[in-house]
Amino acid sequence: MSGPKYPGFDTLSLHAGAAPDPATGARATPIHFTSSFAFKSSEHAASLFNMERAGHVYSRISNPTNAVLEERIAALEGGVAGIATASGQAAMHLGLSTIAGTGSHIVASRALYGGSHNLLAYTLKRFGIETTFVDPRDVDAWRAAIRPNTKVLFAETLGNPGLDVLDIPQIAALAHEQQLPLMLDSTFTTPYLLRPFEHGADLVFHSATKFLCGHGTAIGGLLVDGGTFDWQAAYDKTGRFAELCEPYEGFHGMVFAEESTVAPFALRARREGLRDFGAVMSPHNAFAILQGIETLGLRMDRHVANTRKVIDFLLANPAVESVSYPELPSHPDYELAKTLLPKGAGGVFTFRLRGDRAAGQRFVDSLKIFSHLANVGDAKSLVIHPASTTHFRVPDDQLAQAGITQGTMRLSVGLEDADDLIEDLARGLKLSQKGA
Amino acid sequence: MLLTIENTTAYCYTGGKAFNPNQPTAVFIHGAQNDHSVWALQTRYFAHHGWNVLAVDLPGHGRSGGAAKTKVEELARWILAVLDSAGAPRAMLVGHSMGSLIALEAAHLAPDRVSHLAMLGSTYPMKVSPALLETSLNDEQAAIDMVNIWSHSSIAQKPSFPGPGFYAMGGARRLKQRIAALNPDHVFHTDFFACNAYANGEIAAASVHCPTLFIVGARDMMTPPKSTWLLTAAIAHGTVVQVDSGHELMAEQPDAVLDALFAFAQNTPA
Repeated sequence: MSGPKYPGFDTLSLHAGAAPDPATGARATPIHFTSSFAFKSSEHAASLFNMERAGHVYSRISNPTNAVLEERIAALEGGVAGIATASGQAAMHLGLSTIAGTGSHIVASRALYGGSHNLLAYTLKRFGIETTFVDPRDVDAWRAAIRPNTKVLFAETLGNPGLDVLDIPQIAALAHEQQLPLMLDSTFTTPYLLRPFEHGADLVFHSATKFLCGHGTAIGGLLVDGGTFDWQAAYDKTGRFAELCEPYEGFHGMVFAEESTVAPFALRARREGLRDFGAVMSPHNAFAILQGIETLGLRMDRHVANTRKVIDFLLANPAVESVSYPELPSHPDYELAKTLLPKGAGGVFTFRLRGDRAAGQRFVDSLKIFSHLANVGDAKSLVIHPASTTHFRVPDDQLAQAGITQGTMRLSVGLEDADDLIEDLARGLKLSQKGA
Repeated sequence: MLLTIENTTAYCYTGGKAFNPNQPTAVFIHGAQNDHSVWALQTRYFAHHGWNVLAVDLPGHGRSGGAAKTKVEELARWILAVLDSAGAPRAMLVGHSMGSLIALEAAHLAPDRVSHLAMLGSTYPMKVSPALLETSLNDEQAAIDMVNIWSHSSIAQKPSFPGPGFYAMGGARRLKQRIAALNPDHVFHTDFFACNAYANGEIAAASVHCPTLFIVGARDMMTPPKSTWLLTAAIAHGTVVQVDSGHELMAEQPDAVLDALFAFAQNTPA
């Protein structure tokens, strides 16, 4: 039986969660720049506080502008709820702290953004949450690392810095076999290139600062609950996730898994995590990120197209030793990328320049269009030379373990004319080899 | 609250409050391939405003055991057994879609035990197309998506359900998928079969004398407002309230539905 269809990705990017403002008719989502919301009566106030009615009380807990963004990212990911946070780091912390506490354990990919690694390896450890890091391609290592107190498996859809493509179906199957959720950082891929819930993931977060915002302006994070993980079943079988399945003293004995069959995680994350940690997104930033998401599909196509042209150029340039990108047959995840990333492997990649650290510095310093800075996912093209910046103090042998050489460059390819980007890179590569 | 009905576990959400025999009781009955959680923004309010709430998971749905029942009449008797087990001699029955037929039939079977009847997103006869019946049997996911799309009038409901930041259409889809995962024995098809087969609606409606409320969704494509005429004509003393929603009335217009239900419950003498 042929039936109706859900709205497509671009339609959801423009409309999910938002309708013309009922009070003013404003077509764009208004920025509700207010800390708090007036109650209709004392009785109305009490019912909002007690979750008897839905609505806004205080912008640390929810805000109408943020809610549009949250509902839109949930729709785009195919999930059930979103939570806008102050940064991607805050989204990751909110996600983990909702289900993990003192005595908990996390199994994480070792191919992570440095900030994520810091949070797991050092900061959460200080609060009694331990992490075991594993090779993301080694399913046996994932399995061996799981303990009775493990609460979540965590990885990036595209790992740092080698763009390891996570075999989401395989790791998700392992997680679910062990009654554990799989949480992914999907920043590099965005829901346009990859929708992790369709492949078995349960929780996703983004640094919305990157491609979702898309213009290098607002800092923000988005945590998305897929509604896929059966917390109650896991609790019944293992005793894990009492946070969601037993009465919560902090909210009048509420049992989140009874309140919502599919989204107890999002309920607790908002009603405990946002309430108590308070790392909420400003509605100004939510507006900026909404503006970015409206053109996400268009931009990601252009990011990918430009990246492919730039890579073709680099592969033919004698100053380039190698290029690491999952669409290249030389990449270890080439076949997997064809399955999981049919629209493209994104706009960020690394390549190795011939020469020493000084060659890398000459290359970066000679670029005119690519900006040298520590970010990705901007509409403008970006470059960073890890050996002289983010990894300046790391010894060569440890750099090698991380897949970084003195000549490793990370590019985030923007939306400029590809010919101009190639011309810029050609000049930089030529100058990099002078004096080598 | 866990009860034992017909030697099987039956789950009722109580809104976070213990059952109090000195309070009136409201029973909330969900529709096809759903569970108690569809009433989140009505039940918790009732429970904290002087009512016992029994928001059931029907047999074979959610946390309730057993097989899904194939007849509305059997489900109505099961609801009456829930009242027995909970210790509620009388109750207001609130049903959505398939649940509204169960409430209607229960009111017919035991008029002395039903103080009020509220039917949301209802119609009679509740015919299900042969194509949808077949799809629900052979391709449950496709049936879930069809019904989910037809049941929502918007992708931008406010204040959203069960609160800001939740994507109501995504949540409704996941809930139907969860019901299927918890009970792979074709629950959706069984529910549709029960709706389609129910033939006692006119007789049952004619026998209803308790206060009755109909809440219809102005943009309901599953049970359009005009299709409710047979029921509203048969229960001429009933009140009709129309809200701006599709078939998922409780999620799309939670406050309007709650306000109509609570005013009806509080202000209408039984």
